[in-house]
Amino acid sequence: MSEPAGVAIEHVSFGYGATRVLDGVSLEIRKGEFFAFLGPSGSGKTTLLRLVAGFGTPDSGRILIGGRDATRQPPWARNVGLVFQNYALWPHMTVAENVAFGLQRRRVPRAERDRRVRAALDLVGLAHLMDRRPAQLSGGQQQRVAIARTLAIEPEVLLLDEPLSNLDAGLRAGVRAELVELQRRLGLTTILVTHDQEEANAAADRMAVLNDGKVLQVGRPAELYDRPASRFVAGFLGTANLIEGRVDGGAFQAGGARLPLPPGAASGPAVLALRPQALRLLREGDATLPARVLRAEFLGGHVRYILEAGEALTLVAEEPHLRGLDPLPPGAPVGVAIDASQATLLRA
Amino acid sequence: MSTTALPAATGRPWRARLRFDASPVQVAAALLVLAFLLAFLVVPVGRVFLAAFTDGEGRLTLVHFGDFFRTSLFRESFLNSLYVAGMSVAVASVLAVPLAVIVSRFRFPGAALVSTLGVLPLVMPPFVGAVAMQLVFGRNGSLNLLLMDWFGVRLELMDGLNGVVFVQALHYFPFILMNLSASLSNIDTAMEEAGQNLGARGFTLMRTIVLPLALPGYLAGASLVFVKVFDDLATPLLLNVTNMLAPQAYLRVTSVGLGDPMGYVIGVILVVVSILAMGGAALLLRGRDYSMQQRGGGGLGRREMSAGQRALAWAFVVPTLLLVLAPHIGIALLSLATVWSFSPLPDGYTLAHFSTVLRETPQFLTNTLLYCGLAGLIDVVLGVTIAWLVLRTRLPGRRVLDMLAMAALAVPGLVLGIGILRSYFGVQLPDGTALATSWIMLTIVYAVRRLPYALRAATAALQQVHRSLEEAAENMGAGKVTTLTHIVIPLMAGGLAAAFVTSFATAAVELSATLVLATRDVDAPLSYGIYVFMQSPAGRGAGAALGVIAVLTVAVCTFAANRLAERERRRRTRQQGTAP
Repeated sequence: MSEPAGVAIEHVSFGYGATRVLDGVSLEIRKGEFFAFLGPSGSGKTTLLRLVAGFGTPDSGRILIGGRDATRQPPWARNVGLVFQNYALWPHMTVAENVAFGLQRRRVPRAERDRRVRAALDLVGLAHLMDRRPAQLSGGQQQRVAIARTLAIEPEVLLLDEPLSNLDAGLRAGVRAELVELQRRLGLTTILVTHDQEEANAAADRMAVLNDGKVLQVGRPAELYDRPASRFVAGFLGTANLIEGRVDGGAFQAGGARLPLPPGAASGPAVLALRPQALRLLREGDATLPARVLRAEFLGGHVRYILEAGEALTLVAEEPHLRGLDPLPPGAPVGVAIDASQATLLRA
Repeated sequence: MSTTALPAATGRPWRARLRFDASPVQVAAALLVLAFLLAFLVVPVGRVFLAAFTDGEGRLTLVHFGDFFRTSLFRESFLNSLYVAGMSVAVASVLAVPLAVIVSRFRFPGAALVSTLGVLPLVMPPFVGAVAMQLVFGRNGSLNLLLMDWFGVRLELMDGLNGVVFVQALHYFPFILMNLSASLSNIDTAMEEAGQNLGARGFTLMRTIVLPLALPGYLAGASLVFVKVFDDLATPLLLNVTNMLAPQAYLRVTSVGLGDPMGYVIGVILVVVSILAMGGAALLLRGRDYSMQQRGGGGLGRREMSAGQRALAWAFVVPTLLLVLAPHIGIALLSLATVWSFSPLPDGYTLAHFSTVLRETPQFLTNTLLYCGLAGLIDVVLGVTIAWLVLRTRLPGRRVLDMLAMAALAVPGLVLGIGILRSYFGVQLPDGTALATSWIMLTIVYAVRRLPYALRAATAALQQVHRSLEEAAENMGAGKVTTLTHIVIPLMAGGLAAAFVTSFATAAVELSATLVLATRDVDAPLSYGIYVFMQSPAGRGAGAALGVIAVLTVAVCTFAANRLAERERRRRTRQQGTAP
């Protein structure tokens, strides 16, 4: 190994009493990487982040930060910066006092401390508000102070716990872009915890999908979207048709319909995952599969069709919407063309 | 209301702005409440102030205050009162702060014990406990007799001012304990974790994050203790300490007479110091109520204790519990004792005291039930009316009623009593007795003194009834009155019952105003009976028996009120649970 990982999580298990929260989790977050833990609530992603910060000790396994074993280090000795979901700004201190706190604990001399407080606040564009109390700031400003407070200690790793969930929807995309830009500029190893796939997709270099305390899949966002390894990942990332059926004689049989298959599939029960945009609707001419429109949902940029094919096969297809193209009415017959290279075959 | 909706554009703007936005029923209700508060709160207190600031011919003067500060006894009393109040806060803090930290920051197996310990003192009025404390901790009390026997030393815990401090601190420390525990457990876990994440731990974390955030709770409790002790009349009187402000005022008014200005001067000083203490605390706390600013997260995480810490905690909790229980045990023993003097425990036991008080002076009990029950009812009616006017109407000036009613908090019972005497002594009832010293007035004074609590409870209860619940009833065709009787009152019932019980129980052990206003044994309530019996060594057994009855009454009522409030809270969380 040339350079130690930013954070290495090795076979970590953790539970409260009889409840298992994390079950043998292993992950390697590279130095300087923007990594995301993505999963539904209760998946263990926040617990894992808190273990990295030192709030709790794994029942088994190790956590290495910058190559050193931090498993039993208390939170105050780790030098990882955690931005809390609710920001946790201390209401009895000013913005500047909040940001200076970690530097005071590190006995940074006065002049140096003042300089770094200002620098951290400059970084998030809030130096002019340093004498305010947290209660006098907007939600977005509070979040930036929380980030500045964490950056001021120059942490080895930046941990973000659902940092955008307390912001108005309108603010999120902008703040997310700022976060990514800041992370790239500082080259800081960063872990983002989120349940929002769009957030993880847009921000992370790589991500891990967690469910029920286990890591299901790790990879670049597009990789996970295109090649989900399990039904859960396929369904959790974006919309997918998850069709239960059998591989039989080079085709996929489901609900009385025959669907094309990616090459090299073994016979037996299976699940076929198909993204809605992999189904092309043909209004006339030859089609792989004849179908009927059950319902159309007009979503602005595209139209989502709920279709019925065969005897009892329901499919979701999406088609870009352009002016002059009226959505098909319920009952309309359509042909569905399926690109077999876009299909993923999963174990049943 | 349908009459209020038209915009000003259709008429002349100034008329729209001046429109009197109320129905006749609302106006009548407001006027009745106002008349009650004026007659029995504003006028009496006003008369006290007037008497303190005017001379014989009714001219404004400060001469009485000059006299006050020129008299060495008064100067001494003033300083003594400040000393006793301040020291009581200090001693109460020594008991309360460790307990609050233990129960709200650690997983401590005795936490339930501590919360019990937190209410026990409150069910026993300090003047009841005072005599028992003398028997246990006094110069010739159980503790000192044992200490003399074993070690040849004597602790002067109950002598003079220190005795008052000891009794008051032991009685009032729960106020600090409850407020501080509440604010400690309101601190969001993330507040502390953020500190740890940035490098703070142990004592530094405590000093920089936890204590500053808990300070508001401590100050709220401490200022309350200060004011209660500063204004208290009964405890010093029972301990025979007269060189304090409240006893001096009482002695002046009862022995020198209503014409003497010094009682009123002291009354003014009591009110002003109370307001200064409360206002000072409020000023210190301004902008520091952090409870609403901490979003999300749970309470402060309770951490495991090491074996040593647990031993230390038990070593503090057990003696404190014994200390707190001492007056309860003492009063129970005294009520059952044949003779208890110069011995650690009574010589023998008997139920005679209980039969004596039940046979010879049953009126103390029945009077208390009548007066305090009526006072509780008056409070619930006034509380609901004011809460309704404030929250559900647009009656101009409705907040004044709320402020006036709450102002009763700043008026010590003694001052209200003196004011009532001054205002109504000349008014005679048809049977020839003075209105001021009749049982009716006693009931009214109890109602005025307890109104703030009932009002807060009624306001809270009405706030919980969401406007949409009433609107839904109206939408189904119910009129205002039907909505009130079928929707609002049933939904408020739990809160109102708790308010009634609280008013009743606290009125049952009020003594400051009672001492000033009650004159005849036949009309007097329980608290007065206890005081009279306790004056003579021979009557102490009977006094203690009444005391036990009073404590049990208050304990049962407090328990009932807590249960009601708890049930109400659970019902509400259920309601919220089903909301989307």
